[in-house]
Amino acid sequence: MSVRQSLGVIGRYVFVAFVLAFFTLPLLWLASAPFDSAPSLTVAWPEFTLQNFRELVDNPYALRSLWNSVILAAGTVAIVLTLAALSSYALSRVRIPGRDTLLYTLLLLSSIVTGTAAMVPTFLLISELGLIDRQLGVVLVLAGGLLPTAIFILKDFMDSTPRSYEESARVYGASSLQILRQVVVPIARPGLATISVWAVVQVWGNFLVPFILLRSAEKRPAAVTMFTFYTEGGQPNLALISTFSLLFSIPVVAMYLFVNRRYGFRFHGGIKR
Amino acid sequence: MTAPSQTDPAPPGPSERSRRRPRIDDTDAAGLGRGRAAAFVAPALLLISIFLIFPALWTLYLGLTNWRLTGLAAVEPEFVGLDNYLDALTDPSFHNSLLLTLLFVFFSAVVGQSVLGFSLAWTTRRLRPSIRSLLETVVLLAWIIPASVIAFLWIALLSRHDGTLNALLGTEGTAWLLEYPMQSIIIFNIWNGTAFSMLLFSSALASVPPSQFETARMSGAGTLATLRDVVFPNIRGHILTNTLLITLWTFNVFTPYLITRGGPEGRSEILGVYIYRVALNEGALGRGAALSLIMILINLVIASVYLRLLRERKP
Repeated sequence: MSVRQSLGVIGRYVFVAFVLAFFTLPLLWLASAPFDSAPSLTVAWPEFTLQNFRELVDNPYALRSLWNSVILAAGTVAIVLTLAALSSYALSRVRIPGRDTLLYTLLLLSSIVTGTAAMVPTFLLISELGLIDRQLGVVLVLAGGLLPTAIFILKDFMDSTPRSYEESARVYGASSLQILRQVVVPIARPGLATISVWAVVQVWGNFLVPFILLRSAEKRPAAVTMFTFYTEGGQPNLALISTFSLLFSIPVVAMYLFVNRRYGFRFHGGIKR
Repeated sequence: MTAPSQTDPAPPGPSERSRRRPRIDDTDAAGLGRGRAAAFVAPALLLISIFLIFPALWTLYLGLTNWRLTGLAAVEPEFVGLDNYLDALTDPSFHNSLLLTLLFVFFSAVVGQSVLGFSLAWTTRRLRPSIRSLLETVVLLAWIIPASVIAFLWIALLSRHDGTLNALLGTEGTAWLLEYPMQSIIIFNIWNGTAFSMLLFSSALASVPPSQFETARMSGAGTLATLRDVVFPNIRGHILTNTLLITLWTFNVFTPYLITRGGPEGRSEILGVYIYRVALNEGALGRGAALSLIMILINLVIASVYLRLLRERKP
Protein backbone atom coordinates (compact mmCIF):
# COMPACT_ATOMS: atom_id res chain seq x y z
CA MET A 1 0.00 0.00 0.00
CA SER A 2 1.48 3.31 -1.05
CA VAL A 3 1.77 6.28 1.27
CA ARG A 4 -0.96 8.03 -0.67
CA GLN A 5 -3.34 5.12 -0.27
CA SER A 6 -2.75 4.80 3.44
CA LEU A 7 -3.28 8.53 3.86
CA GLY A 8 -6.57 8.02 2.04
CA VAL A 9 -7.62 5.28 4.44
CA ILE A 10 -6.64 7.37 7.45
CA GLY A 11 -8.49 10.36 6.02
CA ARG A 12 -11.57 8.24 5.52
CA TYR A 13 -11.58 6.98 9.08
CA VAL A 14 -10.96 10.44 10.52
CA PHE A 15 -13.93 11.70 8.52
CA VAL A 16 -16.12 8.80 9.67
CA ALA A 17 -15.12 9.31 13.30
CA PHE A 18 -15.87 13.00 13.08
CA VAL A 19 -19.27 12.52 11.44
CA LEU A 20 -20.18 9.78 13.86
CA ALA A 21 -19.36 12.08 16.78
CA PHE A 22 -21.32 14.94 15.22
CA PHE A 23 -24.46 12.85 14.81
CA THR A 24 -24.18 10.93 18.06
CA LEU A 25 -23.34 13.76 20.44
CA PRO A 26 -26.80 15.41 20.58
CA LEU A 27 -28.48 11.99 20.79
CA LEU A 28 -26.49 10.82 23.80
CA TRP A 29 -28.50 12.97 26.18
CA LEU A 30 -31.63 11.07 25.20
CA ALA A 31 -29.95 7.85 26.24
CA SER A 32 -28.34 9.02 29.48
CA ALA A 33 -30.54 11.68 31.11
CA PRO A 34 -33.74 9.61 31.53
CA PHE A 35 -31.87 7.13 33.71
CA ASP A 36 -29.79 9.60 35.69
CA SER A 37 -30.78 10.19 39.32
CA ALA A 38 -29.73 13.84 38.99
CA PRO A 39 -30.23 14.68 35.30
CA SER A 40 -28.52 17.84 34.02
CA LEU A 41 -28.14 19.27 30.52
CA THR A 42 -24.64 17.83 30.24
CA VAL A 43 -24.26 14.34 28.89
CA ALA A 44 -22.86 12.19 31.69
CA TRP A 45 -22.68 8.54 32.60
CA PRO A 46 -25.93 8.10 34.56
CA GLU A 47 -26.24 7.27 38.23
CA PHE A 48 -28.80 4.66 37.25
CA THR A 49 -32.41 5.05 38.37
CA LEU A 50 -35.88 4.53 37.00
CA GLN A 51 -37.29 7.07 39.42
CA ASN A 52 -37.55 9.75 36.68
CA PHE A 53 -40.34 7.84 35.02
CA ARG A 54 -42.52 8.59 38.07
CA GLU A 55 -42.61 12.19 36.81
CA LEU A 56 -44.49 11.02 33.74
CA VAL A 57 -47.24 9.46 35.81
CA ASP A 58 -47.40 12.43 38.19
CA ASN A 59 -47.59 15.06 35.47
CA PRO A 60 -51.23 15.67 34.48
CA TYR A 61 -50.43 16.27 30.78
CA ALA A 62 -47.60 13.88 29.93
CA LEU A 63 -49.35 10.54 29.38
CA ARG A 64 -52.53 12.24 28.27
CA SER A 65 -50.72 14.07 25.47
CA LEU A 66 -49.20 10.81 24.25
CA TRP A 67 -52.69 9.39 24.12
CA ASN A 68 -53.80 12.48 22.15
CA SER A 69 -50.99 11.80 19.67
CA VAL A 70 -52.29 8.26 19.28
CA ILE A 71 -55.80 9.61 18.59
CA LEU A 72 -54.55 12.11 16.00
CA ALA A 73 -52.36 9.50 14.31
CA ALA A 74 -55.08 6.85 14.27
CA GLY A 75 -57.72 9.25 12.96
CA THR A 76 -55.49 10.64 10.24
CA VAL A 77 -54.24 7.24 9.13
CA ALA A 78 -57.78 5.84 9.00
CA ILE A 79 -58.92 8.66 6.70
CA VAL A 80 -55.79 8.70 4.53
CA LEU A 81 -55.70 4.94 4.12
CA THR A 82 -59.39 4.54 3.26
CA LEU A 83 -59.64 7.45 0.85
CA ALA A 84 -56.25 6.81 -0.75
CA ALA A 85 -57.00 3.11 -1.26
CA LEU A 86 -60.35 3.84 -2.88
CA SER A 87 -59.09 6.56 -5.18
CA SER A 88 -55.74 5.01 -6.11
CA TYR A 89 -57.50 1.78 -7.00
CA ALA A 90 -59.99 3.56 -9.23
CA LEU A 91 -57.25 5.68 -10.81
CA SER A 92 -55.13 2.62 -11.43
CA ARG A 93 -57.84 0.58 -13.09
CA VAL A 94 -59.91 3.10 -14.97
CA ARG A 95 -58.49 5.69 -17.30
CA ILE A 96 -60.48 8.71 -16.16
CA PRO A 97 -59.80 11.60 -18.56
CA GLY A 98 -56.98 13.79 -17.33
CA ARG A 99 -55.88 11.23 -14.75
CA ASP A 100 -52.16 11.83 -15.01
CA THR A 101 -52.53 15.59 -14.99
CA LEU A 102 -54.73 15.25 -11.93
CA LEU A 103 -52.15 13.15 -10.09
CA TYR A 104 -49.34 15.55 -10.93
CA THR A 105 -51.35 18.61 -10.01
CA LEU A 106 -52.27 17.10 -6.66
CA LEU A 107 -48.66 16.17 -5.95
CA LEU A 108 -47.53 19.65 -6.93
CA LEU A 109 -50.16 21.24 -4.70
CA SER A 110 -49.30 19.16 -1.67
CA SER A 111 -45.64 20.06 -1.98
CA ILE A 112 -46.25 23.80 -2.29
CA VAL A 113 -49.19 24.26 0.10
CA THR A 114 -47.18 23.17 3.12
CA GLY A 115 -48.18 23.61 6.74
CA THR A 116 -45.74 26.49 7.10
CA ALA A 117 -46.66 28.34 3.93
CA ALA A 118 -50.41 27.91 4.43
CA MET A 119 -50.63 28.37 8.19
CA VAL A 120 -52.66 31.58 7.94
CA PRO A 121 -55.44 30.40 5.58
CA THR A 122 -55.57 27.02 7.34
CA PHE A 123 -55.98 28.69 10.71
CA LEU A 124 -58.73 30.97 9.37
CA LEU A 125 -60.54 28.14 7.58
CA ILE A 126 -60.59 26.01 10.71
CA SER A 127 -61.78 29.02 12.74
CA GLU A 128 -64.61 29.70 10.30
CA LEU A 129 -65.62 26.03 10.40
CA GLY A 130 -65.76 26.22 14.21
CA LEU A 131 -63.15 23.48 14.50
CA ILE A 132 -60.55 25.45 16.49
CA ASP A 133 -59.49 23.50 19.56
CA ARG A 134 -61.06 20.32 18.16
CA GLN A 135 -58.92 17.32 17.32
CA LEU A 136 -61.11 16.71 14.27
CA GLY A 137 -59.80 19.94 12.72
CA VAL A 138 -56.19 18.82 13.12
CA VAL A 139 -57.00 15.38 11.67
CA LEU A 140 -58.73 16.85 8.61
CA VAL A 141 -55.95 19.33 7.86
CA LEU A 142 -53.26 16.67 8.23
CA ALA A 143 -55.20 14.16 6.13
CA GLY A 144 -55.75 16.72 3.37
CA GLY A 145 -52.01 17.40 3.26
CA LEU A 146 -50.97 13.74 3.22
CA LEU A 147 -53.55 12.38 0.78
CA PRO A 148 -51.98 13.44 -2.55
CA THR A 149 -48.65 11.76 -1.82
CA ALA A 150 -50.45 8.70 -0.43
CA ILE A 151 -52.58 8.38 -3.57
CA PHE A 152 -49.56 8.86 -5.82
CA ILE A 153 -47.53 6.14 -4.11
CA LEU A 154 -50.44 3.73 -3.67
CA LYS A 155 -51.36 4.05 -7.32
CA ASP A 156 -47.89 2.80 -8.21
CA PHE A 157 -48.47 -0.19 -5.94
CA MET A 158 -51.92 -0.83 -7.39
CA ASP A 159 -50.53 -0.65 -10.93
CA SER A 160 -48.16 -3.47 -10.15
CA THR A 161 -50.75 -5.83 -8.65
CA PRO A 162 -52.06 -8.50 -11.02
CA ARG A 163 -55.56 -8.02 -12.39
CA SER A 164 -56.42 -11.65 -13.04
CA TYR A 165 -57.83 -12.23 -9.53
CA GLU A 166 -60.20 -9.32 -9.94
CA GLU A 167 -61.44 -10.74 -13.21
CA SER A 168 -62.20 -14.11 -11.65
CA ALA A 169 -63.83 -12.52 -8.60
CA ARG A 170 -66.00 -10.57 -10.99
CA VAL A 171 -66.96 -13.72 -12.84
CA TYR A 172 -68.24 -15.07 -9.51
CA GLY A 173 -70.38 -11.98 -9.12
CA ALA A 174 -68.48 -9.98 -6.49
CA SER A 175 -69.29 -6.27 -6.28
CA SER A 176 -66.59 -3.63 -6.82
CA LEU A 177 -66.30 -2.85 -3.12
CA GLN A 178 -66.09 -6.55 -2.30
CA ILE A 179 -63.35 -7.01 -4.85
CA LEU A 180 -61.46 -4.06 -3.41
CA ARG A 181 -61.80 -5.31 0.16
CA GLN A 182 -61.26 -9.02 -0.35
CA VAL A 183 -58.99 -9.22 -3.37
CA VAL A 184 -57.09 -5.97 -3.89
CA VAL A 185 -56.40 -4.92 -0.31
CA PRO A 186 -54.69 -8.21 0.66
CA ILE A 187 -52.49 -8.03 -2.44
CA ALA A 188 -51.62 -4.37 -1.92
CA ARG A 189 -50.83 -4.88 1.76
CA PRO A 190 -47.13 -3.89 1.55
CA GLY A 191 -48.14 -0.62 -0.06
CA LEU A 192 -50.84 0.03 2.51
CA ALA A 193 -48.44 -0.77 5.35
CA THR A 194 -45.85 1.62 3.94
CA ILE A 195 -48.40 4.40 3.65
CA SER A 196 -49.65 3.80 7.20
CA VAL A 197 -46.20 3.90 8.74
CA TRP A 198 -45.31 6.97 6.72
CA ALA A 199 -48.52 8.76 7.74
CA VAL A 200 -48.10 7.85 11.43
CA VAL A 201 -44.54 9.20 11.43
CA GLN A 202 -45.73 12.42 9.79
CA VAL A 203 -48.54 13.00 12.26
CA TRP A 204 -46.62 11.83 15.33
CA GLY A 205 -43.89 14.42 14.88
CA ASN A 206 -46.02 17.24 13.47
CA PHE A 207 -45.75 20.31 15.65
CA LEU A 208 -47.08 23.28 13.71
CA VAL A 209 -50.63 22.17 12.84
CA PRO A 210 -51.74 21.16 16.37
CA PHE A 211 -49.74 24.09 17.76
CA ILE A 212 -51.83 26.65 15.89
CA LEU A 213 -55.18 24.80 15.90
CA LEU A 214 -55.48 23.54 19.48
CA ARG A 215 -55.82 25.73 22.55
CA SER A 216 -56.52 23.59 25.61
CA ALA A 217 -53.61 21.87 27.29
CA GLU A 218 -55.55 18.64 27.73
CA LYS A 219 -56.10 18.25 23.96
CA ARG A 220 -52.51 18.86 22.88
CA PRO A 221 -50.53 16.03 21.35
CA ALA A 222 -47.09 15.11 22.70
CA ALA A 223 -45.24 17.25 20.13
CA VAL A 224 -46.82 20.44 21.49
CA THR A 225 -46.78 19.37 25.14
CA MET A 226 -43.07 18.63 24.85
CA PHE A 227 -42.50 22.21 23.67
CA THR A 228 -44.50 23.65 26.59
CA PHE A 229 -42.44 21.56 29.03
CA TYR A 230 -39.30 23.48 28.15
CA THR A 231 -40.68 26.88 27.34
CA GLU A 232 -43.33 27.63 29.92
CA GLY A 233 -41.58 29.47 32.71
CA GLY A 234 -39.41 28.37 35.59
CA GLN A 235 -36.61 25.83 35.81
CA PRO A 236 -37.23 23.05 33.25
CA ASN A 237 -37.98 19.72 34.90
CA LEU A 238 -35.25 17.62 33.28
CA ALA A 239 -36.43 14.34 34.78
CA LEU A 240 -39.80 14.88 33.13
CA ILE A 241 -38.44 16.23 29.82
CA SER A 242 -35.92 13.43 29.35
CA THR A 243 -38.25 10.54 30.13
CA PHE A 244 -41.04 12.09 28.10
CA SER A 245 -38.70 12.61 25.12
CA LEU A 246 -37.68 8.99 25.26
CA LEU A 247 -41.22 7.65 25.48
CA PHE A 248 -42.36 10.00 22.71
CA SER A 249 -39.51 8.97 20.36
CA ILE A 250 -39.69 5.20 20.85
CA PRO A 251 -42.77 4.56 18.65
CA VAL A 252 -41.31 6.19 15.51
CA VAL A 253 -37.92 4.58 16.04
CA ALA A 254 -39.60 1.19 16.51
CA MET A 255 -41.66 1.70 13.37
CA TYR A 256 -38.56 2.63 11.42
CA LEU A 257 -36.87 -0.57 12.56
CA PHE A 258 -39.97 -2.57 11.64
CA VAL A 259 -40.24 -1.09 8.15
CA ASN A 260 -36.53 -1.41 7.64
CA ARG A 261 -36.55 -5.10 8.48
CA ARG A 262 -39.76 -5.91 6.67
CA TYR A 263 -39.60 -3.89 3.46
CA GLY A 264 -36.27 -2.08 3.43
CA PHE A 265 -36.18 1.63 4.23
CA ARG A 266 -33.94 2.85 1.46
CA PHE A 267 -36.54 2.53 -1.19
CA HIS A 268 -39.09 4.68 0.59
CA GLY A 269 -36.56 7.11 1.97
CA GLY A 270 -37.87 9.88 -0.21
CA ILE A 271 -41.33 10.03 1.18
CA LYS A 272 -40.66 10.86 4.79
CA ARG A 273 -41.69 14.51 4.70
CA MET B 1 -44.68 8.54 -14.27
CA THR B 2 -47.13 9.94 -16.78
CA ALA B 3 -46.52 6.95 -19.00
CA PRO B 4 -48.93 4.05 -18.62
CA SER B 5 -47.66 1.55 -16.11
CA GLN B 6 -45.29 -1.01 -17.50
CA THR B 7 -47.34 -3.82 -16.03
CA ASP B 8 -50.31 -2.91 -18.19
CA PRO B 9 -50.80 -5.70 -20.71
CA ALA B 10 -50.25 -4.58 -24.28
CA PRO B 11 -53.63 -3.30 -25.40
CA PRO B 12 -55.15 -5.30 -28.22
CA GLY B 13 -56.60 -3.57 -31.24
CA PRO B 14 -59.14 -1.02 -30.02
CA SER B 15 -61.93 -1.91 -32.40
CA GLU B 16 -61.90 -5.60 -31.59
CA ARG B 17 -61.77 -4.95 -27.86
CA SER B 18 -64.46 -2.31 -27.70
CA ARG B 19 -66.87 -4.54 -29.54
CA ARG B 20 -66.63 -7.14 -26.83
CA ARG B 21 -66.73 -4.90 -23.79
CA PRO B 22 -68.22 -1.57 -24.70
CA ARG B 23 -67.42 1.51 -22.60
CA ILE B 24 -65.06 -0.31 -20.29
CA ASP B 25 -61.41 0.57 -20.09
CA ASP B 26 -58.81 -1.87 -21.36
CA THR B 27 -57.34 -2.44 -17.95
CA ASP B 28 -60.55 -2.26 -15.97
CA ALA B 29 -60.43 -5.84 -14.75
CA ALA B 30 -62.82 -5.28 -11.86
CA GLY B 31 -65.42 -3.72 -14.11
CA LEU B 32 -65.57 -0.48 -12.17
CA GLY B 33 -66.64 1.70 -15.05
CA ARG B 34 -66.12 5.42 -15.08
CA GLY B 35 -69.08 6.27 -12.86
CA ARG B 36 -68.04 4.10 -9.94
CA ALA B 37 -64.41 5.06 -10.43
CA ALA B 38 -65.37 8.71 -10.07
CA ALA B 39 -67.33 7.88 -6.90
CA PHE B 40 -64.23 6.14 -5.48
CA VAL B 41 -62.08 9.18 -6.20
CA ALA B 42 -64.58 11.82 -5.06
CA PRO B 43 -64.18 11.62 -1.23
CA ALA B 44 -60.41 12.07 -1.43
CA LEU B 45 -60.77 14.94 -3.90
CA LEU B 46 -63.34 16.62 -1.68
CA LEU B 47 -61.08 16.52 1.37
CA ILE B 48 -58.08 17.73 -0.64
CA SER B 49 -60.14 20.52 -2.19
CA ILE B 50 -61.39 21.84 1.15
CA PHE B 51 -58.24 21.55 3.23
CA LEU B 52 -55.47 21.98 0.67
CA ILE B 53 -56.67 23.74 -2.46
CA PHE B 54 -59.20 26.12 -0.96
CA PRO B 55 -56.79 27.57 1.65
CA ALA B 56 -54.24 28.24 -1.09
CA LEU B 57 -56.78 30.06 -3.27
CA TRP B 58 -58.30 31.85 -0.30
CA THR B 59 -54.96 33.53 0.47
CA LEU B 60 -55.44 35.47 -2.77
CA TYR B 61 -58.41 37.19 -1.16
CA LEU B 62 -57.26 37.20 2.46
CA GLY B 63 -54.04 38.96 1.56
CA LEU B 64 -56.09 41.89 0.29
CA THR B 65 -57.92 42.42 3.61
CA ASN B 66 -57.00 43.79 7.01
CA TRP B 67 -58.28 40.69 8.80
CA ARG B 68 -57.06 40.57 12.39
CA LEU B 69 -57.07 37.92 15.07
CA THR B 70 -58.92 40.13 17.58
CA GLY B 71 -60.80 43.42 17.66
CA LEU B 72 -63.08 45.06 15.11
CA ALA B 73 -61.19 43.86 12.03
CA ALA B 74 -61.68 40.31 13.27
CA VAL B 75 -65.45 40.66 12.89
CA GLU B 76 -65.65 42.84 9.81
CA PRO B 77 -62.42 42.71 7.87
CA GLU B 78 -62.10 45.43 5.25
CA PHE B 79 -60.69 45.30 1.76
CA VAL B 80 -57.36 47.13 1.72
CA GLY B 81 -56.09 46.33 -1.76
CA LEU B 82 -52.39 45.80 -2.14
CA ASP B 83 -51.46 47.51 1.15
CA ASN B 84 -50.30 44.27 2.77
CA TYR B 85 -47.96 43.55 -0.10
CA LEU B 86 -46.60 47.08 -0.19
CA ASP B 87 -46.09 46.98 3.58
CA ALA B 88 -44.32 43.65 3.33
CA LEU B 89 -42.04 44.74 0.52
CA THR B 90 -40.98 47.88 2.38
CA ASP B 91 -40.68 46.27 5.82
CA PRO B 92 -37.04 45.84 6.93
CA SER B 93 -37.95 42.84 9.09
CA PHE B 94 -39.36 41.10 5.99
CA HIS B 95 -36.15 41.82 4.08
CA ASN B 96 -34.18 40.54 7.04
CA SER B 97 -36.25 37.36 7.15
CA LEU B 98 -35.94 36.77 3.42
CA LEU B 99 -32.17 37.17 3.56
CA LEU B 100 -31.90 34.82 6.56
CA THR B 101 -34.05 32.25 4.74
CA LEU B 102 -31.79 32.46 1.72
CA LEU B 103 -28.70 31.91 3.89
CA PHE B 104 -30.45 29.12 5.76
CA VAL B 105 -31.48 27.25 2.62
CA PHE B 106 -28.18 27.78 0.86
CA PHE B 107 -25.82 26.80 3.67
CA SER B 108 -27.84 24.14 5.43
CA ALA B 109 -29.42 22.39 2.44
CA VAL B 110 -27.74 23.17 -0.88
CA VAL B 111 -24.23 23.09 0.60
CA GLY B 112 -24.46 21.30 3.96
CA GLN B 113 -26.89 18.44 3.47
CA SER B 114 -25.89 17.77 -0.15
CA VAL B 115 -22.15 17.67 0.46
CA LEU B 116 -22.32 15.79 3.74
CA GLY B 117 -24.96 13.40 2.38
CA PHE B 118 -22.87 12.66 -0.70
CA SER B 119 -19.66 12.26 1.30
CA LEU B 120 -21.41 9.82 3.61
CA ALA B 121 -22.85 7.82 0.73
CA TRP B 122 -19.43 7.77 -0.96
CA THR B 123 -17.44 6.83 2.14
CA THR B 124 -19.78 4.26 3.64
CA ARG B 125 -19.58 2.10 0.50
CA ARG B 126 -16.12 0.98 1.50
CA LEU B 127 -16.63 0.67 5.25
CA ARG B 128 -17.11 -2.50 7.26
CA PRO B 129 -20.85 -3.33 7.29
CA SER B 130 -21.07 -2.93 11.08
CA ILE B 131 -19.61 0.59 11.06
CA ARG B 132 -21.65 1.48 8.02
CA SER B 133 -24.93 0.47 9.60
CA LEU B 134 -24.03 2.23 12.87
CA LEU B 135 -23.31 5.43 10.96
CA GLU B 136 -26.47 5.18 8.88
CA THR B 137 -28.56 4.48 11.96
CA VAL B 138 -27.48 7.60 13.86
CA VAL B 139 -27.92 9.77 10.75
CA LEU B 140 -31.42 8.36 10.32
CA LEU B 141 -32.25 8.79 14.01
CA ALA B 142 -31.48 12.49 13.65
CA TRP B 143 -34.06 12.54 10.87
CA ILE B 144 -36.94 10.53 12.33
CA ILE B 145 -37.04 11.56 15.99
CA PRO B 146 -39.88 14.10 16.49
CA ALA B 147 -38.88 17.74 15.93
CA SER B 148 -39.78 18.94 19.42
CA VAL B 149 -37.50 16.31 20.93
CA ILE B 150 -34.50 17.00 18.73
CA ALA B 151 -35.01 20.72 19.27
CA PHE B 152 -34.56 20.21 23.00
CA LEU B 153 -31.56 17.93 22.44
CA TRP B 154 -29.90 20.85 20.65
CA ILE B 155 -30.93 23.32 23.33
CA ALA B 156 -29.25 21.00 25.85
CA LEU B 157 -26.16 20.57 23.64
CA LEU B 158 -25.69 24.30 23.12
CA SER B 159 -26.81 25.48 26.55
CA ARG B 160 -24.78 28.33 28.00
CA HIS B 161 -24.13 26.98 31.46
CA ASP B 162 -24.04 23.21 31.44
CA GLY B 163 -24.31 22.39 27.74
CA THR B 164 -22.26 19.43 26.53
CA LEU B 165 -20.58 21.44 23.77
CA ASN B 166 -19.17 24.00 26.19
CA ALA B 167 -18.01 21.22 28.48
CA LEU B 168 -16.21 19.50 25.59
CA LEU B 169 -14.62 22.59 24.08
CA GLY B 170 -13.83 24.22 27.42
CA THR B 171 -15.78 27.31 26.38
CA GLU B 172 -17.77 27.61 29.59
CA GLY B 173 -20.33 30.43 29.39
CA THR B 174 -20.59 30.73 25.60
CA ALA B 175 -24.26 31.28 24.74
CA TRP B 176 -24.20 29.75 21.26
CA LEU B 177 -27.90 30.32 20.60
CA LEU B 178 -27.67 34.01 21.52
CA GLU B 179 -24.30 34.81 19.99
CA TYR B 180 -24.51 32.64 16.87
CA PRO B 181 -28.23 31.95 16.34
CA MET B 182 -28.09 31.62 12.54
CA GLN B 183 -24.98 29.43 12.54
CA SER B 184 -26.60 27.26 15.21
CA ILE B 185 -29.81 26.59 13.31
CA ILE B 186 -27.87 26.01 10.07
CA ILE B 187 -25.68 23.36 11.72
CA PHE B 188 -28.78 21.96 13.40
CA ASN B 189 -30.60 21.65 10.09
CA ILE B 190 -27.65 19.90 8.47
CA TRP B 191 -27.70 17.43 11.36
CA ASN B 192 -31.46 17.03 11.08
CA GLY B 193 -31.83 16.58 7.33
CA THR B 194 -28.69 14.96 5.92
CA ALA B 195 -30.29 11.49 6.02
CA PHE B 196 -32.37 12.16 2.90
CA SER B 197 -29.38 13.17 0.77
CA MET B 198 -27.42 10.22 2.12
CA LEU B 199 -30.17 7.76 1.17
CA LEU B 200 -30.69 9.30 -2.24
CA PHE B 201 -26.99 9.40 -3.11
CA SER B 202 -26.48 5.86 -1.80
CA SER B 203 -29.00 4.53 -4.26
CA ALA B 204 -27.60 6.83 -6.98
CA LEU B 205 -24.09 5.46 -6.46
CA ALA B 206 -25.42 1.92 -6.56
CA SER B 207 -26.80 2.66 -10.01
CA VAL B 208 -23.42 3.62 -11.48
CA PRO B 209 -22.24 0.69 -13.64
CA PRO B 210 -19.41 -1.12 -11.75
CA SER B 211 -17.55 -1.60 -15.04
CA GLN B 212 -17.01 2.14 -15.24
CA PHE B 213 -15.41 2.18 -11.79
CA GLU B 214 -13.27 -0.73 -12.89
CA THR B 215 -12.12 1.11 -16.01
CA ALA B 216 -11.29 4.20 -13.96
CA ARG B 217 -9.29 2.10 -11.51
CA MET B 218 -7.42 0.29 -14.27
CA SER B 219 -6.42 3.56 -15.91
CA GLY B 220 -5.07 4.73 -12.55
CA ALA B 221 -7.59 7.53 -11.96
CA GLY B 222 -7.52 9.02 -8.46
CA THR B 223 -10.60 9.68 -6.36
CA LEU B 224 -11.16 13.16 -7.72
CA ALA B 225 -10.80 12.06 -11.33
CA THR B 226 -13.16 9.14 -10.72
CA LEU B 227 -15.73 11.46 -9.18
CA ARG B 228 -15.43 13.96 -12.01
CA ASP B 229 -15.35 11.54 -14.96
CA VAL B 230 -17.39 8.57 -13.76
CA VAL B 231 -19.64 9.44 -10.84
CA PHE B 232 -20.98 12.94 -11.47
CA PRO B 233 -21.91 12.41 -15.14
CA ASN B 234 -23.87 9.33 -14.07
CA ILE B 235 -25.78 10.86 -11.17
CA ARG B 236 -26.47 14.34 -12.51
CA GLY B 237 -30.21 13.69 -12.39
CA HIS B 238 -30.03 12.60 -8.76
CA ILE B 239 -28.06 15.69 -7.82
CA LEU B 240 -30.72 17.92 -9.35
CA THR B 241 -33.56 16.02 -7.69
CA ASN B 242 -31.82 16.15 -4.35
CA THR B 243 -31.02 19.85 -4.57
CA LEU B 244 -34.53 20.87 -5.56
CA LEU B 245 -36.32 18.70 -3.00
CA ILE B 246 -34.18 19.70 -0.03
CA THR B 247 -34.39 23.34 -1.13
CA LEU B 248 -38.17 23.13 -1.11
CA TRP B 249 -38.31 21.35 2.24
CA THR B 250 -35.72 23.52 3.96
CA PHE B 251 -37.50 26.63 2.76
CA ASN B 252 -40.64 25.35 4.55
CA VAL B 253 -38.97 24.22 7.75
CA PHE B 254 -40.44 25.46 11.03
CA THR B 255 -38.32 23.51 13.53
CA PRO B 256 -35.79 26.34 14.20
CA TYR B 257 -38.66 28.12 15.95
CA LEU B 258 -38.56 25.41 18.60
CA ILE B 259 -34.92 26.20 19.30
CA THR B 260 -34.53 29.98 18.99
CA ARG B 261 -38.10 31.21 18.42
CA GLY B 262 -36.67 33.50 15.77
CA GLY B 263 -34.58 35.38 18.29
CA PRO B 264 -32.63 37.04 19.59
CA GLU B 265 -34.16 40.18 18.01
CA GLY B 266 -35.17 38.39 14.84
CA ARG B 267 -31.65 37.22 14.09
CA SER B 268 -32.80 33.69 13.26
CA GLU B 269 -36.28 34.59 12.01
CA ILE B 270 -36.60 32.55 8.82
CA LEU B 271 -39.71 33.12 6.68
CA GLY B 272 -42.01 30.55 8.30
CA VAL B 273 -41.19 31.85 11.76
CA TYR B 274 -41.69 35.44 10.58
CA ILE B 275 -45.16 34.61 9.21
CA TYR B 276 -46.05 32.95 12.50
CA ARG B 277 -45.03 36.03 14.47
CA VAL B 278 -46.81 38.53 12.23
CA ALA B 279 -50.03 36.56 11.75
CA LEU B 280 -50.63 34.50 14.85
CA ASN B 281 -48.55 36.25 17.52
CA GLU B 282 -49.27 39.84 16.57
CA GLY B 283 -52.63 38.97 15.03
CA ALA B 284 -52.22 40.63 11.61
CA LEU B 285 -53.90 37.83 9.67
CA GLY B 286 -54.40 39.77 6.43
CA ARG B 287 -50.74 40.73 6.40
CA GLY B 288 -49.80 37.14 7.22
CA ALA B 289 -51.96 35.86 4.37
CA ALA B 290 -50.11 38.14 1.95
CA LEU B 291 -46.82 36.70 3.21
CA SER B 292 -48.25 33.17 2.95
CA LEU B 293 -49.07 33.79 -0.69
CA ILE B 294 -45.53 35.01 -1.37
CA MET B 295 -44.22 31.84 0.25
CA ILE B 296 -46.59 29.58 -1.72
CA LEU B 297 -45.52 31.28 -4.96
CA ILE B 298 -41.84 30.73 -4.20
CA ASN B 299 -42.68 27.06 -3.47
CA LEU B 300 -44.51 26.90 -6.78
CA VAL B 301 -41.46 28.10 -8.68
CA ILE B 302 -39.15 25.53 -7.05
CA ALA B 303 -41.65 22.69 -7.44
CA SER B 304 -42.43 23.44 -11.09
CA VAL B 305 -38.75 23.33 -11.98
CA TYR B 306 -38.54 19.98 -10.24
CA LEU B 307 -41.62 18.49 -11.89
CA ARG B 308 -40.48 19.67 -15.30
CA LEU B 309 -37.15 17.91 -14.83
CA LEU B 310 -38.92 14.78 -13.59
CA ARG B 311 -41.08 14.65 -16.70
CA GLU B 312 -38.16 15.22 -19.01
CA ARG B 313 -36.31 12.32 -17.51
CA LYS B 314 -39.25 9.93 -17.79
CA PRO B 315 -40.75 10.58 -21.21
